[in-house]
Amino acid sequence: MSVALLAGALLAIAAVVLVAVPFLREPVAADDHLIQPDAAEQRRLALAEERDRALAALKELEFDHRTGKVSDDDYRELVGVLRRRAAETLRAVG
Amino acid sequence: MADLGRAALVTAFLLLAYASVAGTAAAWHRRRRLAESAQNALLAAFGATAVATVVLLVALGRHDFSFSYVADHTSRELPLGYTLTAFWGGQEGSLLLWLFVLCAYSVLAVLTARRAGRETLAWVVPTLGFVGTFFAFMLTFVASPFASQVAPADGAGLNPSLQNPYMAIHPPMLYLGYVGLTVPFAFAMGALLARRTDERWIVATRRWTLAAWAFLGVGQLLGAHWAYVEIGWGGYYAWDPVENAALMPWLAATAFLHSVMIQEKRGMLKVWNVLLVVLAFCLSLFGTFLTRSGIIQSIHSFTQSSIGPWFLGFICLVTAASLTLVFLRLPLLRAQTRLESLVSREATFLYNNLLLVALALTILWGVVYPLLSEAVTGEASTVSKPYYNFFLHTFGLPLLLLMGIGPLVAWRRASLRALGRTFLWPLGAAVAGGIALLLAGAGSSRVGVIAYTFSIFVLASIALEFARGTSARRALGGVGWAGAFSSLIARNRRRYGGYVVHAAVVLLAIGIAGSSAYQTVREQRLHPGDEMTVAGNRLVFRGFQTTNESNHRAIRANVDVYHGGEYLGRYRPGKNQYFAEDQVSNEVSIRHDLLTGGDLFLIADQVNGDGSVDLKALQKPLVNLIWLAGLVFIGGSLITLWPDAREERRLAERYEGATVRA
Repeated sequence: MSVALLAGALLAIAAVVLVAVPFLREPVAADDHLIQPDAAEQRRLALAEERDRALAALKELEFDHRTGKVSDDDYRELVGVLRRRAAETLRAVG
Repeated sequence: MADLGRAALVTAFLLLAYASVAGTAAAWHRRRRLAESAQNALLAAFGATAVATVVLLVALGRHDFSFSYVADHTSRELPLGYTLTAFWGGQEGSLLLWLFVLCAYSVLAVLTARRAGRETLAWVVPTLGFVGTFFAFMLTFVASPFASQVAPADGAGLNPSLQNPYMAIHPPMLYLGYVGLTVPFAFAMGALLARRTDERWIVATRRWTLAAWAFLGVGQLLGAHWAYVEIGWGGYYAWDPVENAALMPWLAATAFLHSVMIQEKRGMLKVWNVLLVVLAFCLSLFGTFLTRSGIIQSIHSFTQSSIGPWFLGFICLVTAASLTLVFLRLPLLRAQTRLESLVSREATFLYNNLLLVALALTILWGVVYPLLSEAVTGEASTVSKPYYNFFLHTFGLPLLLLMGIGPLVAWRRASLRALGRTFLWPLGAAVAGGIALLLAGAGSSRVGVIAYTFSIFVLASIALEFARGTSARRALGGVGWAGAFSSLIARNRRRYGGYVVHAAVVLLAIGIAGSSAYQTVREQRLHPGDEMTVAGNRLVFRGFQTTNESNHRAIRANVDVYHGGEYLGRYRPGKNQYFAEDQVSNEVSIRHDLLTGGDLFLIADQVNGDGSVDLKALQKPLVNLIWLAGLVFIGGSLITLWPDAREERRLAERYEGATVRA
């Protein structure tokens, strides 16, 4: 057997061992389920995303107003809506 | 040695096939150990591919001509640098580079994607494994770089146009870009398969997409510079199908980088974003197919090959499977809000997206049409420069204008009064600049004047954004102008890094418009002592000079350049005759004028037996702004990619809570 083939065989063995590690480490797993977030956790995540979006929108509006991109009238009209939404999401996330 | 390379590729193929099959089973049946095992298979496949890569590099370095690949792409006289870069000079080697980069990306993406969520990650592993399996299959069974033979005395050498320092950096950059687009694709598909259509896949792949897009952009500019200094026709982009193949996924990725912000900020365009990711990935596969299948005649197609049908089948499979999955998940991809006004920041992003995708698709049609036409009618037809230029002007100029409009418009909606206030200075600068250009005689090219006027508008709007932002930040708290400026960028790297990238695109537009719309070209046969003039420069031909190098004979025409009475120097365009390759290459000579940004570009079109030369001289105004744009582009990309501690904390609070609880 050539050195190259031997090296190839060693590579394959090392690969098989690496792939088998999860089963060698835990031959019998107490819990082999891929844990997933439950419905409550999914909802918390969705609310957290919504909260961040609302807060970012409020920040954007403030900055756009300060830099002159949003007129005073538009600002007054939008800021209340966005503040209410941000407050609601903050309350919902808890 | 070839046996080890083959064994490594077979091992990588089996591991990647295992990662896709076991990974799918693990995600489907929600088996933790099997999912970990599939993930480890990706890691092991990276190791096996690394071994194959090292074997080929060693064979190249040792001039081991028993490897057919080494014999076909190098010779004993080829300098070591080019011998090693011949790794990606041929089809099999570049496929191996694809696989190696893919495995490296896969491992890094999977190991660092803790925020994607376990259920999504469980599907990402088989998706990455599936793509890897295809490339490993090609390398193992269709186009192996480890095919061996009885070693000939010398190799065939490397294509002379590839014997250029850019060979070391342009292809790897492009591949880092092409292959990098696999990561957002895999995470998007993983999220759809796991029915997790929230923002986690976007957050997990944001930097990957940006990095792939930046690599692709830099790779294309490097390719353009390579063509400019090496190919010897006086240009940098020829609408070659393979050049287009890199441009199309970049345009799709650019559209995605903009529209994904609308999803993050407003919860809109979820379907559109997934489709853009699929489009960018499929176009990157199509690009590899065009380059390596030999289906088109191009400077980049070095060989006819048998990989074409396989690639085409894989692209069709990926496209069909992805679109089916998107269709099945449509109910989960509903928008949470609606567009409030057609005059808003998100609306300008939408217009920009439509223009970018329209430009990408018209370029795609230009590339595909000759192939379809030949397949249907049996006659080859070509889509030439006027077609592409028409659509570049039709879609590119409005895109340029939108880059100036977008930053000036507020999110959600903008009133006429606010628009009037924010547009006043940029519009004034653009109108004044346009009139000045017309008075200066730039009206000879309508497109050129429009491009310059729009460019002034964009630059003014970017400058105004930085000025107003800095002023607002300074008003908030006791910091000086410099502190306010750096705080402005640090607090929103994506936005202000993006503006720097916009400035780079403007420089690019100015460079392209200047060097194409306003260039001067002169051609003349000169005997020693004869002279010609181009754009005020007097060129005097002084005769030829020939030298012998290790692997070629260099013939140079000595040309003295004068401007007015001033001697500017001697320039030496000519030709190289390569011995092993039995080919001749054009070697251009360029005089850069850093003050004006223009070049005097000399080509010895024909070296005649009577001692005369057919000299072609091009004066290309502002062309160096294109290369400067590359540096600014890198700077802007780095700003956007730079980690933002504040953003990291916010995301950790949002997602790590979920992971811990899960």
